[in-house]
Amino acid sequence: MMYDAEYFLRFVKIFAKYLEENREYLTQLDAAIGDGDHGINMDRGAKAALERLGTTNAGTPGAIMRTVGMALLSSVGGAAGPLYGTVFMRMSMAFRNKEKIDDKELVAGLEQALLGIKGLGKAEVGDKTMVDVWEPVVEFMKENIENGRTLPEICEDVIALAEESMKATIPLQARKGRASYLGERSIGHQDPGATSSYYFFRSLCEAIGGR
Amino acid sequence: MKKLINKPEDVVKEMLEGMAAAHPDLVKVHFEPNFVYRADAPVKGKVALISGGGSGHEPLHAGYVGKGMLDAACPGNVFTSPTPDQMYEAGKIVEGGAGILLIVKNYTGDVMNFDMAAELLRAEGYKVESVLIADDVAVEQSLYSAGRRGVGGTVFAEKIGGAAAEKGWPLEEVKRVVQKVADNVRSIGIALTPCTVPAAGKPTFELEEDEFEFGIGIHGEPGRKRLKMKPADEIVQMMMDAILKDMPLEKGDEVALLVNGMGGTPLMELYIVNRKVSQILDGIGVRRYKTLIGDYITSLEMQGASITVLKLDDELKELLDAPVLTPALRWGL
Ligand SMILES: Nc1ncnc2c1ncn2[C@@H]1O[C@H](COP(=O)(O)OP(=O)(O)OP(=O)(O)O)[C@@H](O)[C@H]1O
Ligand SMILES: [Mg+2]
Repeated sequence: MMYDAEYFLRFVKIFAKYLEENREYLTQLDAAIGDGDHGINMDRGAKAALERLGTTNAGTPGAIMRTVGMALLSSVGGAAGPLYGTVFMRMSMAFRNKEKIDDKELVAGLEQALLGIKGLGKAEVGDKTMVDVWEPVVEFMKENIENGRTLPEICEDVIALAEESMKATIPLQARKGRASYLGERSIGHQDPGATSSYYFFRSLCEAIGGR
Repeated sequence: MKKLINKPEDVVKEMLEGMAAAHPDLVKVHFEPNFVYRADAPVKGKVALISGGGSGHEPLHAGYVGKGMLDAACPGNVFTSPTPDQMYEAGKIVEGGAGILLIVKNYTGDVMNFDMAAELLRAEGYKVESVLIADDVAVEQSLYSAGRRGVGGTVFAEKIGGAAAEKGWPLEEVKRVVQKVADNVRSIGIALTPCTVPAAGKPTFELEEDEFEFGIGIHGEPGRKRLKMKPADEIVQMMMDAILKDMPLEKGDEVALLVNGMGGTPLMELYIVNRKVSQILDGIGVRRYKTLIGDYITSLEMQGASITVLKLDDELKELLDAPVLTPALRWGL
C-alpha cells in the first residue's frame, strides 16, 4: 500500500485524539512514577501540531512529519518533547520529498525514529521506557514487511503487540528517566511513555482505514 | 484545588507578566518563546550564564537573573523542562562575545532540551559549554538510574558562576568554578504535604496526616521512603546523616548552607531546622561561613524543606560574597 499526505494527516489527527482522550490517564500513570505531566505535555504538543498543520501547507508526508516534529520540540518540553520531536523529525528526513511512501519506506522511517529515541535517551529494552514498545513493534513490522506482507495485513498484530509490550513494562524497574529515582518503587506501574507509544502505533494502523 | 490563579494554562505567562511589571530595572521578559533576561543584556565581553527548568520552583530560576548571577532564565511549564527554542533565542539575545555557559539541573528532560539548544547555538557560531547540577543525595548513585537530581545546589552554582562571569573570567574558567560547586555541594529534602500542579488539578501523591516523605525532589514526586512523622530534630538528623555520609566533613571545614522552604513551610520552622543543622555542624567543628534561609527553590505550595551544604574554599568564598543584584537575591551592592 502507498501512504500519502492524507494518510499522515489522518494519523496525526487520530494520535492527537487519543492523547486528548487519555490526557488524564497518561497523567495519572506519570504521577505514580514520575511527575504527573506526561498527558498534559503530550496533549498540549498534539494540539500545537494540529494548529501548525492548519496554518502551513505541508503537502508531502515528509513536510507533515517535519511540521509536527518542530511543533512538539517547541511545545512539549520534558523528556517526551525531544523524544517524540525526534521521532517525527527522523521520519520526515527518511521520507524526504516523496509524494507517497510505501510499506518499506514507512518502516525505514520508523526504524530511524527508534534509532533517534535510543540515541537521545540511551535507553535499552527493559529499562521501562517507550523503547520497550518501540523496539519490538518496529522489529516485528520490519520482519513482516521484508517478507512481503503489508501493514494493513499485520495491523491487528501490531496493535496487539504494542499493547502487550506496554503492559510488559508494569513489572519492570525503571532505569531511565524520572521514574528511575524511585528504584524498586517503580515496579508495578505501567510506563507513561510506553503507553503513549502504544497510541502512536495504534493510530498509525487505524489511519489506514480511518477511525 | 484552590489556587490564586486565573486559568491553569495561563499561570506561567501571567507570572512572567507580573514579574516584568515588578522589576523593570533588573529584568526584561520575552514571550513566545518565554525567557527572562538581564535588563542590560548583552553585557559585552562577559560570559553569558543561562539556566532554566520547569516553573513552580520560584524564585528559581528567573528570580536569579541580574547583575552577578544569571543573564537569562528559561521557564518551562509547571514542572516541565523548557524547550530548546527558549534557550536558543535567549542565547542569541544575551551572548556578549565571550560564550555561553548553560547551568542544567540533572533531569532527563532538561538535559535533552538543553543539549538540543546547545547544538543550535553552536551552529550559530557561539561557544557553548554546560555544567550539570546533580546534588540530591536521596537518589542512590547507580548505573541503573538517570543519576542524581539537581536541586538546591543550583542556587549556589548560579550565584558563584555569575560572580565569576561578572569578574570577566573566560568561559573555561567560569565553567571550572561552576563544576567545582557541583562537585562540592549536596542536598536532601523532605515533604510533609504533596503539591498540586495547576493543570493537573489534584496532588501528585498522597500523604497521611502522620506521615512524611523522606528524600523528596522538587516536583512533588514520591521520595526515597515514606515514614511516620517525627519531631523536627530527628528529621533533620536523618537529613544531615544522609548528606554527611555522602560528603564527609571534618573539623575546620567551612561550608555555606541553604535551609530551604518548599513553598508552604513557615520561616519559623525553617529556623527550627537551622537550629539543629547548626548544632550538628558545630558538633563536628565545621564552620558555617554563610547561611541562607527561606524559599529559594520551591515545589509550588508543598510543605517541606531541604538542606544544602556547599563545602567552601577561598575561591568559592570570595565569589559567594561578591555583589549580586537580582529580584530574589541581593547583597553587597
Ligand atoms: N532516557 C529515556 N529514553 C527513552 N524514553 C525515556 C527516557 N526517559 C524518559 N523516557 C520516557 O519519557 C516518559 C516521561 O515523559 P514526560 O513527558 O513525563 O517527561 P519527564 O520525564 O517528566 O520530563 P521532565 O523531567 O522534564 O519533567 C517516560 O514514561 C519514558 O517512557
Ligand atoms: Mg513526567
